[in-house]
Amino acid sequence: MSSDPHLVEFFLRQGDNALVLGHRLSEWCGMGPALEEDIALTNTALDLIGQSKLWLAHAAEIEGADRSADDLAFLRDAYDFRNVLLLEVPNADYGRTMLREFFFDAFQLPWLKALTDSTDDRVAEVAAKSAKEAAYHLERSAETVIALGDGTDESHAKMMAALDYLWPYVGEMMVDDDVDHAMAEAGVAPLPSAMRPAWDDTVNATFREAQLPRPDTKFAHAGGRNGFRHTEHLGHMLAQMQVLQRSHPGATW
Amino acid sequence: MVEAVSISEAQVWNWLEDVPDPEIPVISVVDLGVIRNVDVRGDDVTVTITPTYSGCPAMSMISLDIELALARKGVNKVALKTQLAPAWTTDWMSSKGRARLEDYGIAPPQPAGGPKRCPHCKSANVQRVSQFGSTACKAQWRCNDCLEPFDYFKCL
Ligand SMILES: [Zn+2]
Repeated sequence: MSSDPHLVEFFLRQGDNALVLGHRLSEWCGMGPALEEDIALTNTALDLIGQSKLWLAHAAEIEGADRSADDLAFLRDAYDFRNVLLLEVPNADYGRTMLREFFFDAFQLPWLKALTDSTDDRVAEVAAKSAKEAAYHLERSAETVIALGDGTDESHAKMMAALDYLWPYVGEMMVDDDVDHAMAEAGVAPLPSAMRPAWDDTVNATFREAQLPRPDTKFAHAGGRNGFRHTEHLGHMLAQMQVLQRSHPGATW
Repeated sequence: MVEAVSISEAQVWNWLEDVPDPEIPVISVVDLGVIRNVDVRGDDVTVTITPTYSGCPAMSMISLDIELALARKGVNKVALKTQLAPAWTTDWMSSKGRARLEDYGIAPPQPAGGPKRCPHCKSANVQRVSQFGSTACKAQWRCNDCLEPFDYFKCL
């Protein structure tokens, strides 16, 4: 069977989103603002990295280039990654970390639920597994955004700064391109833009409770999910994430 | 020479009843509901496992424990298969497993999404501390009567 480049691309996008956010969250390991938060973030990271392994294993299999999920995670360079830019920007403070996760979770839960109807069984299976975990992630990230947004003057100010920084990155999740149209025609996935109403509802309801205003600007950075242009941050993140496999190829423990 | 012994699927299920969950050793991997199928063809045994949480590090431990347990019974040709669909659910946990969890101090999963009562004093006056706990499958709760913290096995 010849490999379908659009389908490989689709699986890489799913796997890279989960991997990059999973790695970013894992950077909080041992540094969370409270023990419960530290544990929650690392458990979320674990779920995401586990999901990433499932997506990337399929990407590797369809690609047929004799690479494993680990090879894809640890031996690709920044320009080969297909995650949205939102997920690779640095954590900064806890507020920005949680707001970023919330923006992603608000997209990912309806997205994964929709993917359970995929014509591709592999997509439907991984999505069904991941959706159950994503429901817990969204519940928690939304609660935290509300607690911080509607918290003290200081926490509110930090959430406003996080919002200014992150908002221009959210649009990329819901802009369709050639790969998305090919997947939609094949019944593999809906168009990402179809998630917009669900995403808007979740964000609007959460922002109301969090006392956060919804910015007007529709400007959206792009270039992550098609690999055209990542931010300068991804290379730094990969340098840390991949150093072990790059320095000691094939190392296991 | 090793004698050829024919083994039955029921026997393998019985042996697996003695393989403890590495993180919650009071329940077996069978009670946990991760064993989806056992298939015996001659002396080839295939055990099909479904993962709990996608990133659960206990899954590789569970696979190893199963291989070792069966090897101790003289079964050396064990194939372990991972099956993703249908996705694991806490509904597959046995009632024996649920009772043992509570005895051990972990509130068993409830469809309502929270523990029915404190596993220590059985009070229903309980409060959530965090939706995430010491392992991927648990949340942290506390009892407002006996004041003890406890783990709740989350519904999935
Ligand atoms: Zn109690």
